[in-house]
Amino acid sequence: MIIAFIIVLGIIMILAAVIAVMSKNLLTAIIASGVISLLASIIYLMLSAPDVAMTEAAIGSGLTTIVFLYALSRIKKINREVDDD
Amino acid sequence: MIKRILIIAILFLIVVVFLPFMKNIVLKDSLNSLSSDYVETSSKDLKAANIVTGVVVTFRGLDTLGEVTVLFIATAGVGFLLRRKHEKSGKIKKRPASEILSTGASFLFPLVILFGVYIFLHGHLTPGGGFQGGVIIASAFLLLLLSNIHFQFNHTILHWVESLSGAIYVLFGLLGLILLGSFLDPRFLPLGTLGKLLSAGAIPLIYSFIGLKVGSELSNILDSLRGAEE
Amino acid sequence: MRYTLILGFVLFIVGLWGMLTRKNLFKIVIGFSIIDTGIHLIIVTIGYLQGKTAPILDKMVTPGNAVQKVVDPIPSALVLTAIVIGLAVTALMLSYIVRLYKHKRSLSIEDYRELKW
Repeated sequence: MIIAFIIVLGIIMILAAVIAVMSKNLLTAIIASGVISLLASIIYLMLSAPDVAMTEAAIGSGLTTIVFLYALSRIKKINREVDDD
Repeated sequence: MIKRILIIAILFLIVVVFLPFMKNIVLKDSLNSLSSDYVETSSKDLKAANIVTGVVVTFRGLDTLGEVTVLFIATAGVGFLLRRKHEKSGKIKKRPASEILSTGASFLFPLVILFGVYIFLHGHLTPGGGFQGGVIIASAFLLLLLSNIHFQFNHTILHWVESLSGAIYVLFGLLGLILLGSFLDPRFLPLGTLGKLLSAGAIPLIYSFIGLKVGSELSNILDSLRGAEE
Repeated sequence: MRYTLILGFVLFIVGLWGMLTRKNLFKIVIGFSIIDTGIHLIIVTIGYLQGKTAPILDKMVTPGNAVQKVVDPIPSALVLTAIVIGLAVTALMLSYIVRLYKHKRSLSIEDYRELKW
């Protein structure tokens, strides 16, 4: 039962990793990498490591996605500033 | 073309090298001697109910000190590379947040901070600890940043909190050295009974300061990355 | 539980392939983050013991019989440190990307050839 759960989560994670690497839209890739970290935190819980699960859920799917999105918005802001001149 | 073949060859080589490791690995069914030693010492000498906390703060305390240093260097690097421009261009292109969003965010902000403080205060009893609590505090500040476009951090308070927490952490290590003979030994405060809040020596205090330091550093990174508002 | 080993390893290979073949700087950093997640999965799997529970002492796992009932706590402690450092390094790499873009207005790694011999 648990093994079937892990296999299903694993297949979704590998699919999300392939999407993150191969998609042309940067926003899709960033959100896919957030999904990978979220599913990894569930797997950590099933491996009896609750501290690691809490840390990975907070950092991987919270702060890392936000940091990527802030960097992307900075780049778009630089684009817009140069076009305004 | 050559590059693509080379990349596929390298990946194939890595798979071939690691395949025997994965086939022949025998997952153990009992703890090895070092781990059982840590588990026993953590319950008898340290009286910390969360064994991972005991390992992170006491047995591998120097690794935690190194990690706090690496976080500090990364924050300093990000702050140096993305210096804020102090000019405002005068036009605000974003429209202000709706009433529901700003009311909800200012209602949730103290609750999330309370939750973060709870997690790092009880780090030696339940899963959690300084790093998790610090990240949750940084997420609370992120909530304010996202819902309120005119929000500015008070940089003086952030700098003082970060520097003082780091200095007090090293001070606790030195206190352990002076009073007991080994660096970062948390037994110079009374040990108490297993499972109560005031137990395990100085571990709750050390973890609280680590939590404050991590929280303020991550808030600094978020603030540097956000940049000047337009 | 060797499925999590294989999963971590496949994530490592996908991330490494993404880092080597993509030309967009953002995709390279995303590949780095995927490699990190895969390696952490492998490390935590090595500490897992079949049928045992989390390393926290309470009414069921008393100090007397803790040694026979808990999972290895050392890999958890190592991965805890590694996750936070992974975030710090990713933030630093992204700030480098922002500065490079401000200097040269290009996000493709083919345009940064000053260090090529």
